Amino acid sequence: MTRNVVIIGSGPAGLTAALYAARANLKPLVFEGLEAGGQLMLTTAVENYPGFQDGIMGPDLMAAMRVQAEKFGAELQRIDVTRVDLGRRPFVVATENGDEEARAIVIATGASAKLLGLPSERTLMGHGVSTCATCDGFFFRGKPIAVVGGGDSALEEATFLTRFATHVTVIHRRDALRASKIMQDKAFANPKISFEWDTVVTDIKDPAQGVVSSVHVRNVKTGVEKDLAVDGVFVAIGHTPNTALFKGQLDMDAGGYLTTHDGSKTNLPGVFACGDVQDHVYRQAVTAAGSGCMAAIDAERYLESQGH
Amino acid sequence: MASDLIQTYTDENFDGNVLKSATPVLVDFWAEWCAPCRALAPAIDALAQDYQGKVAVGKLNVDDNPNTTVRFMVRGIPAVLLFKGGQMVDQIVGLVDKGTLKRMVDKHL
Repeated sequence: MTRNVVIIGSGPAGLTAALYAARANLKPLVFEGLEAGGQLMLTTAVENYPGFQDGIMGPDLMAAMRVQAEKFGAELQRIDVTRVDLGRRPFVVATENGDEEARAIVIATGASAKLLGLPSERTLMGHGVSTCATCDGFFFRGKPIAVVGGGDSALEEATFLTRFATHVTVIHRRDALRASKIMQDKAFANPKISFEWDTVVTDIKDPAQGVVSSVHVRNVKTGVEKDLAVDGVFVAIGHTPNTALFKGQLDMDAGGYLTTHDGSKTNLPGVFACGDVQDHVYRQAVTAAGSGCMAAIDAERYLESQGH
Repeated sequence: MASDLIQTYTDENFDGNVLKSATPVLVDFWAEWCAPCRALAPAIDALAQDYQGKVAVGKLNVDDNPNTTVRFMVRGIPAVLLFKGGQMVDQIVGLVDKGTLKRMVDKHL
């Protein structure tokens, strides 16, 4: 059976596309992926999604979106896509359960946390190095930790981690934060948070012991190097789009983000992209949801133009 | 569901049921509040089914069992540790698919 629309990804973009496609009677199939729900599954309170005046927990918001999409007939499968073939029609989307054919595809695979790229970071991942404060903060009760980064996610993690840690040092390579004013104010007002400005992490110790004991840092302006004794390092230096599946098949920018035009259209007719996989500027739950709606409407019009 | 095949490991029974086990043991370190741990659960269930009789599969709640968690230096979950002959022989930290877990187990059978 050839599907009208296969949606890859299940963050706010994918699930909003699913909701709209389902309501347009397209019976969409959603491959949710292993990390179903996307980045919001790893956050706590979301205070900037309109309609929730007291905020809503990220996982609760995603659970509600999922139920809403299913209610209108979207079919969801919690499995990773292993391969896509966009060079033939209908398109092929493969998982470990086999191949699905699709007349249109909506790509909403999102973005994943970027790492520093230090060998010691790999070795110590899960033993003091983490990219998920809500997952791993618990292990650092009564301990000093460092957060690397200067954006909203870095400050959200730092603020959250003060629940557990004795002290949180935010290490940022510039002398000003990228984070929103409200996040900055929260962090500056928190007595447990301090900042190392103009500073980069050059090494994490101690791989030989199998746990984090300190980070070695260098001030990029003065060149001064030092060790900061910490038990944990949370890396929040941004995201990288999940586009490996589409390399060589779709147009991407230098950062690997899918390029779109006229709404959600990729360079291939019938393939649409929405959410963080094509957006390195706004990266909000509400913009992702909005672009997911656009992708579903674009897919619907495309199918109509093809006589389906 | 294969959940009746999933053992529950604790600080109290860990030495007896894991370290002294005749078969290799796969232990999933998890917690209630950990979303990726919940996402990993179906893969752990499937493994328990697939390796029935060959590998014991169980879970250890890190909230309730701090001693074992600290002993194996687990500071991030989900963490899946493989024990064989009383030793930890391999581990995977973070959310992975069933195939990745299987490859780790098969290396040590």
